[in-house]
Amino acid sequence: MTILIIYILIFIAAFYAVKVVSSMRTSRKDYTSLKTVTFGDESAVSPNRAASIISVFSIFLIWAAFTGSKLIPFHVPGPFIGELGFSYTAMNSLGETDDAEVTITIYDVQTGEIPDKLDIEPGTGFAINDTYQIVAWRSALVKVKRNDVGGKDSDYKVIAINDQEISPNNELFIDDARIYMTAKGTLSVTPSKGWQMQPVWLPAPETVWSRLIKVSSEGYKNFSLFEHLGWSLLRVVVGFTAGALIGIPLGYAMGLSGWFRGWFDPIVEFMRPVPPLALIPLVIIWFGIGEQGKIILLFLASLWIMTISARAGVSGVKIAKIHAAYSLGASKWQIMRLVIVPNSLPEIFTGARVSMGVCWGTVVAAELVAAQKGAGMMIINASKFQMTDLVIMGIVLIGVIGYAIDILMRISENYLVPWKGK
Amino acid sequence: MKGLSIENVSMRFDLHNGNSIQALKDVSLEIEEGQIITVLGPSGCGKTTLLNIVAGFLAPTEGRVVLNDQIVLGPGPERGMVFQQGALFEWMNVRSNVAFGPRMKGMPKDEQNEKVKHLLEVVGLADFEDKAVYELSGGMQQRVALARCLANDPDVILMDEPLGALDALTREKMQGLVIKLWKETGKTILLITHSVEEAVLLGERLLVLAPRPGRIHKEYTLPFAEMGSSMDLRDVKKLKDYTETRDEILSIIWEMEEEIMGRVEEN
Ligand SMILES: Nc1ncnc2c1ncn2[C@@H]1O[C@H](COP(=O)(O)OP(=O)(O)OP(=O)(O)O)[C@@H](O)[C@H]1O
Ligand SMILES: [Mg+2]
Repeated sequence: MTILIIYILIFIAAFYAVKVVSSMRTSRKDYTSLKTVTFGDESAVSPNRAASIISVFSIFLIWAAFTGSKLIPFHVPGPFIGELGFSYTAMNSLGETDDAEVTITIYDVQTGEIPDKLDIEPGTGFAINDTYQIVAWRSALVKVKRNDVGGKDSDYKVIAINDQEISPNNELFIDDARIYMTAKGTLSVTPSKGWQMQPVWLPAPETVWSRLIKVSSEGYKNFSLFEHLGWSLLRVVVGFTAGALIGIPLGYAMGLSGWFRGWFDPIVEFMRPVPPLALIPLVIIWFGIGEQGKIILLFLASLWIMTISARAGVSGVKIAKIHAAYSLGASKWQIMRLVIVPNSLPEIFTGARVSMGVCWGTVVAAELVAAQKGAGMMIINASKFQMTDLVIMGIVLIGVIGYAIDILMRISENYLVPWKGK
Repeated sequence: MKGLSIENVSMRFDLHNGNSIQALKDVSLEIEEGQIITVLGPSGCGKTTLLNIVAGFLAPTEGRVVLNDQIVLGPGPERGMVFQQGALFEWMNVRSNVAFGPRMKGMPKDEQNEKVKHLLEVVGLADFEDKAVYELSGGMQQRVALARCLANDPDVILMDEPLGALDALTREKMQGLVIKLWKETGKTILLITHSVEEAVLLGERLLVLAPRPGRIHKEYTLPFAEMGSSMDLRDVKKLKDYTETRDEILSIIWEMEEEIMGRVEEN
């Protein structure tokens, strides 16, 4: 919640900052800057590069600030670490009272060092001083009565902390900690957690980075990082290719023949809205959890998309083009090869892009369910061992690869169908 | 017999709701080789339908079309088409578009290239061979469409509003080009247009179609296309004869349009 508010504040602040900076520079007089109507004119809206950079940068900044990263000098307050002391007042069965000191060492397990127990004086009176150790972000029951003289008596009780009264089921705050008294009269101490995230929830960026270095050199669960990602990619490529090889001719047939369209329309229209993920259980039952099942799943994921886009590509051909080709003496086969197929390429490319995206998502999900190797397997396995850094690394890599696939498709689209949208 | 004859052609479209539209009724027309004929008429009177029948894309419900003693049964390379727009192949460059017909005939590559080069010069697009068609303006694209049609060396050229999508200036230039091509190649041309001015200027013979059912309402024989081949089109357009004919036909079309509108209002 706080993080969201901070992000929004950065958004607004950056907007005004960039505005001020760019108004100080002499603005370029291009065509768009001369337009008076820009609101609602889509062509006048181009992504602000500064905004993109600040956006990505501030996500990292917030991430680093909330995880106590060493990469940046400032952070939000972390958990309290160090020594915490308070005094308590106990009343024994005779109604006498006595004070004693409690000293608690709060330490960070991440550093790997467990501090030594403190040596303390027992103090005077029947209440004896105590010492405890608590791991940062945790809370602990502090049994102060245990070592007190007569502390085991049923009516021996703690009545105040730092001279503030306390009773069972109530809490009070001292510097850097919350103290709660349970129904049985034991103290539960929660040192202040600060605003930073625990590493098991969100590790610092550099932890994720060093995990990446480690996993890419040592691998994970018998396979190198390259193999994990490579296998996921390979499954996508094989499944998608199979889907395209069957789907495109099927789509053409549906676009060109009434019989094919009639026959396959109900099947395609029915299968199209079924999310591929919903097929995972059935595919596992039928084909097991091996490669075969995954590839069939991806094949099905891309098949309908490719069929529909090829069919749309055929239906989208302008009748004037077909007429023109006939009048120029083309045969049916030549029209197919020289007019219908090239005319449908833009649609097919759009379909391929969508299909690749869906396949990439589906393969990761399928690997989450069952796999020995693959990007999805890696992160689900890591989550079982609470290796959040590996999970985040995996998610980032999956995102990067998905993005890279889309960019690659777009580049080849620009190269192969330059007339698209013209 | 050489030439194109349209014999008692009728066309009725049966609609899904059981009604039918009589798009053409008993249209007959003899066109001699080398004539240029323009067809005018209010919107929806069956001009495109007539052209599609001649091209062989539609079979008439009655009557037949005969070209050089052969009955038209389907599309064929002896009848070239020029459409209003969007009939070029965007995935091919200008050269491949123009060479499409010769390629279908199996003409050798270097002959094709020579032909393309020559035709592009004729239509005023010399050295545009390697351009992509989507890089060309609308007027240039129509020039390519004309060249593509000519490359196939058809007996008849059928044009459905070929200049309809062009701005007035480009259109005027293209009218000159049509006359020039007609004179130089001696092709039979059947040209449909919405513009009375254009129809009067380009038609050796001008047909006015009347709607519902579509039929030939009036025919004119005009000298302006012939004049246009030897004098400036702008001067032709200033001739008293020209303006009078134009105004007469304009008022006929107006009357028909008003009649249609009246009928619509009554309904
Ligand atoms: N495929 C079709 N199915 C049913 N009716 C049709 C079909 N094609 C044309 N028509 C009808 O036939 C009539 C003539 O149409 P056509 O397209 O030939 O007119 P047009 O003279 O070319 O009109 P415009 O000048 O607007 O292009 C119209 O009333 C039209 O509604
Ligand atoms: Mg028409």
